[in-house]
Amino acid sequence: MLEYALRGDRRYWSWICALLGIMVVAFLFYLRQASYGLGITGLGRDVPWGLYIAQFTFLVGVAASSVMVVLPYYLHDFREFGKLTILGELLVIPSIIMCMVFVIVDMGQPSRILNVLLYPTPHSMMFWDMVVLGVYLLLNIIISRVVLDAERKSIPPPGWIRPIIILSIPWAFSIHTVTAFLYSGLAARPFWLTAILAPRFLASAFAAGPALLILFCVILRKVSRFDAGHAPLQKLAVIVTYAMTVNVFLMLVEIFTAMYSDIPEHVRHFQLMYFGLEGNASLVPWMWVAAVLAVLALVLLINPRTRRNEPVLILACSATFISLWIDKGLAMVITGFIPSPLAAVPKYRPTVPETLISLGIYASGLLIVTVLYKIALSVRERLAV
Amino acid sequence: MSIDRRTFFRIAGLATLGLAIKPGFEVFGQGEDVVDSTAAMGRPLSAKRWAMAIDVRCCLDQKDCRKCILACHQVHNVPDFGNPKDEIKWLWKEPFDRAFPEQEFQHLPEDFERQVVPVFCNHCDSPPCVRVCPVQATFQRDDGIVITDQHRCIGCRYCMAACPYGSRSFNWRDPRPFIKNIDPKYPTRTRGVVEKCTFCVERLTQGLMPACVEACAAHALTFGDLEDAGSEIRGLLRRRLAIRRKPGLGTNPEVYYII
Repeated sequence: MLEYALRGDRRYWSWICALLGIMVVAFLFYLRQASYGLGITGLGRDVPWGLYIAQFTFLVGVAASSVMVVLPYYLHDFREFGKLTILGELLVIPSIIMCMVFVIVDMGQPSRILNVLLYPTPHSMMFWDMVVLGVYLLLNIIISRVVLDAERKSIPPPGWIRPIIILSIPWAFSIHTVTAFLYSGLAARPFWLTAILAPRFLASAFAAGPALLILFCVILRKVSRFDAGHAPLQKLAVIVTYAMTVNVFLMLVEIFTAMYSDIPEHVRHFQLMYFGLEGNASLVPWMWVAAVLAVLALVLLINPRTRRNEPVLILACSATFISLWIDKGLAMVITGFIPSPLAAVPKYRPTVPETLISLGIYASGLLIVTVLYKIALSVRERLAV
Repeated sequence: MSIDRRTFFRIAGLATLGLAIKPGFEVFGQGEDVVDSTAAMGRPLSAKRWAMAIDVRCCLDQKDCRKCILACHQVHNVPDFGNPKDEIKWLWKEPFDRAFPEQEFQHLPEDFERQVVPVFCNHCDSPPCVRVCPVQATFQRDDGIVITDQHRCIGCRYCMAACPYGSRSFNWRDPRPFIKNIDPKYPTRTRGVVEKCTFCVERLTQGLMPACVEACAAHALTFGDLEDAGSEIRGLLRRRLAIRRKPGLGTNPEVYYII
């Protein structure tokens, strides 16, 4: 089926080349990082995780969010998602691959990565995260391949795939739960030490992922003959609405507990994010932008009139996605480290190489998603002819 | 038997993966050479539970003293980068209220104010770093000492995120050019791995006390077996009040600060 990805118009190839270009630049910077060490990043002794691990965390959410189309379609037989489901399943593959690449570029000794499998360590959440992510990737490769192959041959998918699809539903929840457990089980970091971290991760993922899917569908309608249809997008928009509402609610709950209890080591993190702490205010503008975008998204999404208006929906979905990216792909990880366990307020700013390497990984994800969507849509178009 | 192109690629791909198995195991399966360091000196020191006690007042009297730090960093080839971002430190001094931030001190006695105390790995009884390490590179010995196998460490820095005391450092870049006098008796590290205080396991096997204890002219540091009721450290803890860093987290630190 890969041959479908090798046939495209000029616009398709320029997009592919642009992505490849970014990837090459990023790879050159990665070579520099590989020879110099992670000192090339803005990370340091007090903030040992930053942009890379934050992107990993955010993208696990995007991967998990495909369950928001898979679950209604396969469990509730929600036919309207018929055309969308494969797009959701295919989105998992680049997301998990990006997650893995972000972890690898963050490792001090990437050549030793197999140590995780050679010395399996059940008491480490990172071991479990690797296991659940690997299996989730495998499940989705199998599912999307079999389903697409059946569609190409115009036959129903084989019966044995259904239990695998059903298994992928709780598995999606598990990947983001275990990813939250990486953080929420650390006594050293009061900011993450909260039982609602996993539910919040899920809520923000189930808002950001479907919002991205809506945006992808709108783009696909422009650049291909694929039209997801108005009704399925509206259903997705309702899912985004509920998930975003739950996410903002959980965030406010979090802020209440920290502020009302007034325990300094909890309050200080929120101070850092929204007002700055001891001269460190680099997150403040980001956090207020995220807050404004979250409110804007909620207003536009909850009101049925604005939600049904597609240009407004596009705006609302973009606002949701950007707001959640700032929250999870930027602030969540860094804030956990500031103030440090010794009450110092270290500074962290991603460097140019670090940012470009991250961009390159995103470009590789976009490349994979482009190729996969091209294949899936070509199969459909061929059938339609 | 006829195969189509796709099947061929699939089999070829799997076969290529298969080829990678043996070299993979060869790379990762190599046993590390063990240097027998016990041959050099006297009888190895052993204990059921090693612990350290720091007489804070004794230490405060020696303003600006850095003997323990210099000794530690010299014998362990700890590099000096001269900037806080790349910094690696095993033993250092922190202001009293930074070492014990959860105390939220308001009116410290004058001699404590703006004073510094030595801090290093607490060799916790219930170490979070050991719990989170995905490859068991950081582990706890039977005598309680927590150390890191720098040949196994993958450099994920999860242990640094998990340590409530900021005791761990990462080699952000090649440390060797930044070691002033390399001591050939102790290994240098490579970039991309985590390191910290080891309670001088290599010296204990030679019958020597930890370098910081030996270097402290004021005898502020006492190292001994906590399980031995007759040990010096137990006697000290019986007579004087000692506090530990962040005891509420349940890590059970084995470094005691005698007030």
